[in-house]
Amino acid sequence: MSGGRGNPWLISGFLLVVFLLAWHFFTLRAAFDPRGLTEDQLQMMEFNGDIDRTADGGYVWNPEKEKVKGVPGPLAVLDKARIELGEAFVKKGTNDHGIAYLVLYTVSRFAAGFLAASVVAIMLGVLLGLNKVLFRAVNPYIQILKPISPLAWMPLLLYTVKDPKWTAVLVVFMAALWPTLATTAFGVNSLRKDYLHVAAILQLSWFKRLYKVILPGAAPTIVNGLRISFGSALVAVVPAEMLLGELGVGYLSWIEWNNLDISGVIFAILVVGVVGVILDSGFNKLAGLVTYQE
Amino acid sequence: MAFLEIDHVSKYFPSHTGDGQVCIFKDVTIKIDKGEFVTTIGHSGCGKTTLLNIIAGLETMSEGGIILSGKEVSGPGLDRMVVFQTFSLMPWMTVFQNIRLAVKAAYPDWDREKIATHVHKYVDLVGLKGSETKRPTALSGGMKQRVGLARAFSIEPKVLLLDEPFAQIDALTRGVIQEELIQMWNTTRNTVFMVTHDVDEAILLSDRIMLMTNGPSARIAEIVDVTIPRPRSRETVIEHPHYYKIRNHIIHFLVRHAKHGTGGDGGPPDQPVSEAPLEVNFERDSLMLR
Ligand SMILES: Nc1ncnc2c1ncn2[C@@H]1O[C@H](COP(=O)(O)OP(=O)(O)OP(=O)(O)O)[C@@H](O)[C@H]1O
Ligand SMILES: [Mg+2]
Repeated sequence: MSGGRGNPWLISGFLLVVFLLAWHFFTLRAAFDPRGLTEDQLQMMEFNGDIDRTADGGYVWNPEKEKVKGVPGPLAVLDKARIELGEAFVKKGTNDHGIAYLVLYTVSRFAAGFLAASVVAIMLGVLLGLNKVLFRAVNPYIQILKPISPLAWMPLLLYTVKDPKWTAVLVVFMAALWPTLATTAFGVNSLRKDYLHVAAILQLSWFKRLYKVILPGAAPTIVNGLRISFGSALVAVVPAEMLLGELGVGYLSWIEWNNLDISGVIFAILVVGVVGVILDSGFNKLAGLVTYQE
Repeated sequence: MAFLEIDHVSKYFPSHTGDGQVCIFKDVTIKIDKGEFVTTIGHSGCGKTTLLNIIAGLETMSEGGIILSGKEVSGPGLDRMVVFQTFSLMPWMTVFQNIRLAVKAAYPDWDREKIATHVHKYVDLVGLKGSETKRPTALSGGMKQRVGLARAFSIEPKVLLLDEPFAQIDALTRGVIQEELIQMWNTTRNTVFMVTHDVDEAILLSDRIMLMTNGPSARIAEIVDVTIPRPRSRETVIEHPHYYKIRNHIIHFLVRHAKHGTGGDGGPPDQPVSEAPLEVNFERDSLMLR
């Protein structure tokens, strides 16, 4: 074993090629073979729409029906992607917006819910982290509320706020709230007493204490909580869109399923993945700015 | 009236078993003059840090009072700065920012430039010129504590409280920083209250050394005058005839009290604890040595 030599990008690329080839060959269907079928049978199949007669008198599988037979191969998905990306900025109707718009809707929905949840969670977390009695009093409720799936809130939220647009944002909010709240309270609570002692001796105002000592001191822990919240909010936004019928990439996957366009579903899944990766790397950049080493 | 007066200060903590209280130390009383350097030595757990934190105002006392230049001490303040055993530098700030935080707090109406000049002065004083933009992670233990000292001296406190400031620093560096501390203290002449385990360190730096018995219910059993003239340095101090007398006296005291729970010279554990500390001065009376 050379143990760690070699270029990881090369291996990544190789794995991708292997995967695409395997995908391609496993989903490949043999061309239509009319041998052994009577003329009557062929006419019946053409009548049912299973096969099409070509200009030169031969038969091929009907491409429309092919779309929903089995899993589409990478070429079909690529084709779909080309079409979708080609009209990324086109609004065809009230419910048929280009993929760029859908990504924008999802990202802004996600950002609104996540940011609001982070602000609320950090403020509450600092409060609880600084006050042990309050923390002990509130902690049981956090423990009960934390494991509830954010989607479980949806009917109640929809009933309360009426508007599905805000319900989707609130589902993201609920998904992002608890991890940040719990870790912020923990981080502030376990901040080294020495730092607070220094702040006390220097007679810093509570505001300075907060943003010069408490927040930066607890920042690594808070960022860990934000990271968990971020993941859970990203996971929640897709089904929220599906269930609420709000335009977005999650909705795209659902609508393609309703259209029985499996290539479209796979394309939507890929878009969700790409959006996730981009948001995640942006988050990591930000996180790197505020963390420090002991 | 003394500059810093610690008057019958006692500390109780709630006991582990829940009911009742444990007495950590009782009736600690000492009068410290302006510019005096007083050190407390005692076994681990006797309450030295607790006493120092009470003087700093970071911890409340159960009984007694502390008066600093005529005013009763309540809560922490810029007139009593602590140098912590664990350095307590903010790891997210650079050396410069750590000291500036203190200077800004102490002199709120100084402008940027004046603050920066002041910070640089103290960075230079501890020989850290060129390390201003480093973060504490990038510094050795000795350098970290130099920053701690610079931060403490920079706000020019009335009283400097040192809690085993060199305990986490290797022996070679410790000697160097001790001498740096002497030099800084020579120019500023702050009143210093220090806690240490290191007898040599105590003799080198202090005017008086308080010897604390073991807890619970620890008390100040003796106060030893360090009858060695200043200026002192590590080489010259050991040549003084009183050096080994003082050193042996303190070490004997500590060995006598090494057994946990004995309050005094093998006497009954419930002997009266409020008896005044023995004052030991080898110049005045050399018969104290037992
Ligand atoms: N918050 C607290 N609650 C209960 N007991 C405490 C608390 N803080 C300290 N103690 C106890 O008080 C005693 C004195 O502690 P302190 O830290 O002052 O000792 P010390 O003399 O500084 O020891 P060391 O030399 O090891 O630093 C210890 O027995 C400790 O267990
Ligand atoms: Mg201690």
